[in-house]
This record gives sequence, C-alpha cells and structure tokens, in this order.
Amino acid sequence: MSTPTLGAAEVHPGAGSHVLTGVGVGRRAVVGPVAQVRPAPAVAADTPVLVDGVPADAAATRAAVERAFTGVAEGLRAQAAGATGTVKDVLSATAQMAADNALRTQVLAKVDGGAPVVAAVDAVVDQFATMFEAAGGYLAERVTDLRSVRDRVVAAALGLPAPGVPALSEPSVVVARDLAPADTAALDLANVLAIVTELGGPTGHTAIIAGQLGLPCLVRVTGAGDVPAGALVAVDAAAGTLTVEPDEALRADVERRAARDAELAADTAAGATADGHAVALLANIGTAEDAERVAGPGVEGVGLFRTEVLFLEATTAPTQADQAAAYTRVLRALPEQKVVVRTLDAGADKPLAFATQPDEENPALGVRGYRLVRTNPELLDTQLAALAQAQAEAGATPWVMAPMIATPAEAREFATRARAAGVATVGVMVEVPAAALRARDILAEVDFVSLGTNDLAQYAMATDRLRGELADLLDVWQPAVLDLVAATARAGQDVGKPVGVCGESASDPLMALVLVGLGITSLSMSAGALAAVRFAVRHHTLEQCREIAAAALGASSAPDARAAVLALTAPEVRDTLGL
Amino acid sequence: MAQRTVVVASRVGLHARPAMLFTQAAAATGLPVTIARPGGQPVDASSILYVMSLGVPGGEEVTLSAEGEGADEALDGLVELLQQDLDAPEAGA
Repeated sequence: MSTPTLGAAEVHPGAGSHVLTGVGVGRRAVVGPVAQVRPAPAVAADTPVLVDGVPADAAATRAAVERAFTGVAEGLRAQAAGATGTVKDVLSATAQMAADNALRTQVLAKVDGGAPVVAAVDAVVDQFATMFEAAGGYLAERVTDLRSVRDRVVAAALGLPAPGVPALSEPSVVVARDLAPADTAALDLANVLAIVTELGGPTGHTAIIAGQLGLPCLVRVTGAGDVPAGALVAVDAAAGTLTVEPDEALRADVERRAARDAELAADTAAGATADGHAVALLANIGTAEDAERVAGPGVEGVGLFRTEVLFLEATTAPTQADQAAAYTRVLRALPEQKVVVRTLDAGADKPLAFATQPDEENPALGVRGYRLVRTNPELLDTQLAALAQAQAEAGATPWVMAPMIATPAEAREFATRARAAGVATVGVMVEVPAAALRARDILAEVDFVSLGTNDLAQYAMATDRLRGELADLLDVWQPAVLDLVAATARAGQDVGKPVGVCGESASDPLMALVLVGLGITSLSMSAGALAAVRFAVRHHTLEQCREIAAAALGASSAPDARAAVLALTAPEVRDTLGL
Repeated sequence: MAQRTVVVASRVGLHARPAMLFTQAAAATGLPVTIARPGGQPVDASSILYVMSLGVPGGEEVTLSAEGEGADEALDGLVELLQQDLDAPEAGA
C-alpha cells in the first residue's frame, strides 16, 4: 500500500484539469477514458413511464415493460457470448432470469392491473428473492444476480442509463462506487486499464484482484462517480491521484513511467541484495490458471496459493480428486520451484456456501481459517489428502500452511494432521498477534511460517479490513505491526527456519527493504509488483537494509516510519520508482 | 396427462448450469411442462427462477408432467437430460 500524501511529486494538473485523491494500490500510472459503472437507479416506486415527456397510457406502459425485459435479456446474452468460463456462465444464467417467462408474466399482470412499473417489478422480484433466500446457500447468493436484473429492467423501462458494468469498446478506466466480486468478474479485462472506486479499502477484494491482474487501482476516491463517462483521466496509483483531463506534460510523464516499468520488468534475475544475500521473490496466486500465467523468468515460485478460490464458486465442497487435479496442475506449472499452499481460509469476508458459520456476530473473530477444523474437520482432511496426492502425482513437494493459527497447540495439531496425510513440508500463517508474540514456540512445531500482514495489521490494530475509512490505522507501517513482524523474523533467525511475508506489504518496495533488514527470507506478492521490489532490494546491501529496518522500528508513527525509510533509500531507487 | 419421475444426476442439483440447460430444454418443447419435488407444488419447468427456487439437490427425485400432443416424447427427452451430470464440463475446473 502506498501512502497518498508522499511521493506525489510530479503531478501537473494543468489548466482545465482537476485532481481527485484516494488511496493507491500498486504504483503504475495510466491514461485513458472513463467507463462509469452505474449504480442501481434510485427511483420512487410510482415513477411513471414517460412517452414524449408525459406519462404513458396503459398500452404504451405495457409495451415499454415488454421491451425492457427483451432488451435486458438480449444485452446480457450478447455479453455472455463475448465472455468465457465462470463469467460466461454467470452472465448466461442472469440473461435467462431476465428472459424468464414467469417473471415477465407476473410483472405484466400487475402492470395491467394498474400497478406502477417499479412497484410491479419490485413486488415480483422480491417474491423470488424471498424464495431464494429461504433456500439459503448458493441460491441466496444468486439474489445479487436477480437484483441486477431488476435494476436493469427498471432502468430500461424508465429510459435511464443501464446500471452495472458497461460493455467496454476500448481500453478504459473503470470507475464505480464499489465493485462486488461478481462485478469484477464481469469485467472485460482486455479493455480495463485501471479500476477506481469511491468506497472500498486498499486491502479489500477489488484492490487485491486488481493487484493480481497488475492493474493500477485507486480506492476511496470521493467524487469519482461524478466524472463523466468518456472523459480522459490519468490514474496514478503511486501518488493516489485521479486527474481529470490531464495536460500534455502529465500524459508524457505517465508514458515515461510506463516505459521505465517495461525496462524494470526486463530484469528477471533471482532476488538478492547488492552484496548477494538471497531473498526469494515469489508470486501470490489463486488458481491453476494464475500459476500457468506467472510461471517464467523473474518468478522464483509461489509464496501464497489461496486455495479458497477453488471453493468459492462451489455449492458443495470439491472432492479430493477435483482438488488433487488442480493442485497437481499448479505444481506442474512451476517445476522445481517453491510452491506454498494455504489450506482453505473461509469465513469472515470470504463466505463459502457449504462452510460458512450461520449467525456469527463478529466473523473476523469467529470460526474461520484453521478454526473450521472444530466444526468441519473433513474439509481440511480432504484437502490435505488431495495435497499429498498432488505431491505424489507431480513429484514435487508443496509447502503446506494453515491460516489463522493462534497458539503453538493449534500449530502442532495442524502439523500432525498434515504429516499424517503425507504432506512433507508443513507451516502455518502468522497473522494473529498471539502467534507473532509466540513465534518461537510455533516454529518449534512446524518447518516454516509466513506472515499475512493484512490480517496481522487488522488484528493488531483492531481495525476491520473492510472499513476503508480506517485505512490509516490498518497501515502495515504502524510501528506496533512492525514490532510483531520483527519478533517473528527474529524467532525464525534464532531457530534457523524460513519466515516469509505474503501480505500486500511485501509489494511495497520500501517495506520490502524493511522486511529484508528484519531477516525475512522470502517476499510473495502480486506478480506485477515483483520488478520494482527486485530493483529496490538489488540496490541495497543487507547491512543497509538492517539500518533501514532499525529506522522504521525507531519511528513513533506510520508516516514517520515510512519517511525515515525513504530518507535512507538509495536516491537511484527513489528516482526510478518515483517514491 | 403424461408424467415421469427421475433422479437428478447433476451433483450440484438443479442449480446454475444444470437449471439453465433444463429450463431451456423445457421451454423448447413448446408444451406446458411442470416439475415438482416429492409431495411438493408443481412449478413451471421453463422458468429458471421457479426451478432454481425448488432447490433440488443432486440425487433427489423430481416429477415432470406435461399435457398436449407429443407430451410423452417431450418428457422422455427431459428425463434423459436430467439423468446426465449437466455440471460435468465444469468439474475439476
């Protein structure tokens, strides 16, 4: 995460431009036209259908509703035809809902009976939504799709702009109030230059997905929704700025940075300090496709394979055979390389249809991650068996770790289960402060640990990751969070076991220097962030990294810690990376 | 009235892709076809909303009914469809 107030050195808004600020994710910059994701139309239930500015008669109203249903279904079908995989299935199913005869007939019956259009659509959609919600699980999640049909039909009938993600005909900057994971999935990625949202936080799912795709992203940009569609904007993730109608100088600056990024990406040597101290540079992935995409020069392996992505679309737990096939594919995509697999991290902000605990008041503190073993042990045992099977089939040894471990006893239980299943290299995540404070005892039970800095910051600072307005507290630069990272790294050095970092903080080149100085042995991040981190680490000796780490630990606030580190960073790194 | 009882083979049940394929096929018969869970209210088999809201799990029986010319042939076709694992192309993905 970059801090928007620092590093915004080269913003030249120029005449006629204006600058909106937010929190940047990543550090790239792009220029392109805006595509606005429209929110649901906010209209009164009795808004009339207008023809030539006057309320339509019964026959014209009926015709408008029929046209709306047909048009929405056709539009969704066309979108589905241009999509692939899961997105295609979701869009096809949504198109079929819009074309549903029962839905249309019931709405038209109410309209014929004199009900206003919005009220009629709402009443019928609500009735189906209630049935879906009563069924629970997978169906309850489809209510979002049903509501999006409602929003589109209402907008079409009233002649309002269509809500949702627009079809992108050219490379565009996608601007939304907020993006649900389903909206993100519906994006035509080939034409997305950057993602900008008014809400959300830098560790929310939009930001993480944008990071994985290497797209520059800005969150918490107040006023972004008012930028007209089609307006040219410059998005600078490093500076956290959205410049509307940028002038020539700013556009040239963005182009210069893009050229420099290409140059950085050309360096694919193994990660190491200037004096040759090796620091493994790894990628975070969620699917076998990701593994195949990131494999290649410049990526020394995978430091975090988030297996829950395999489970998210499923209504029942994937079988051992299905899982083993996916894991084998990942291991084969990265032969001879380190692959760290995290067992299912469901719960909290990643609910699963078949594993979510009902009625948790405080899910981030509830039965999530490894704790699911208390209620649903077969989920973990099936996954461990599938991993052992993949290990045998691929002839490679995955490093397997459990999330949300709080005590050495939990680490021991997990290690026992994993080794009994046949998993050879076992570790745990350190993301609960209790685990960081007792890292030495935890390391006695396992072969390695990996710090999840996003959750570690959330739990150390008692700050919900999804509350964007608390982003300053959630900052990994908070000295208290750095203390927990330092304690874990020290324990690893004392016992001679690897301590990696797989949170988004590893992707910040300045933070990467601190982590190397603290004794972290591998850094795992979105593949798009590796080049800048490699460059920063390469230009400092291990001793310089230690001095930088000491300066960060000596600061009394997050901004002071970052400023102290920036002051000690090699000028060449500051200039080249625009820090 | 023609009637058939069949076990839904799709592991995920009549959700998602299986529901989509089934309702499309039911609509394509051009006949009023209904589907019901054991002892349940029959609903319009061409409506994805009604079919999904039945929440039929994989391995459970459903009863299909249709009226009109060609009803038997139409139901035989739908039965054959439900006997396949319609989610299969997605398996392991």
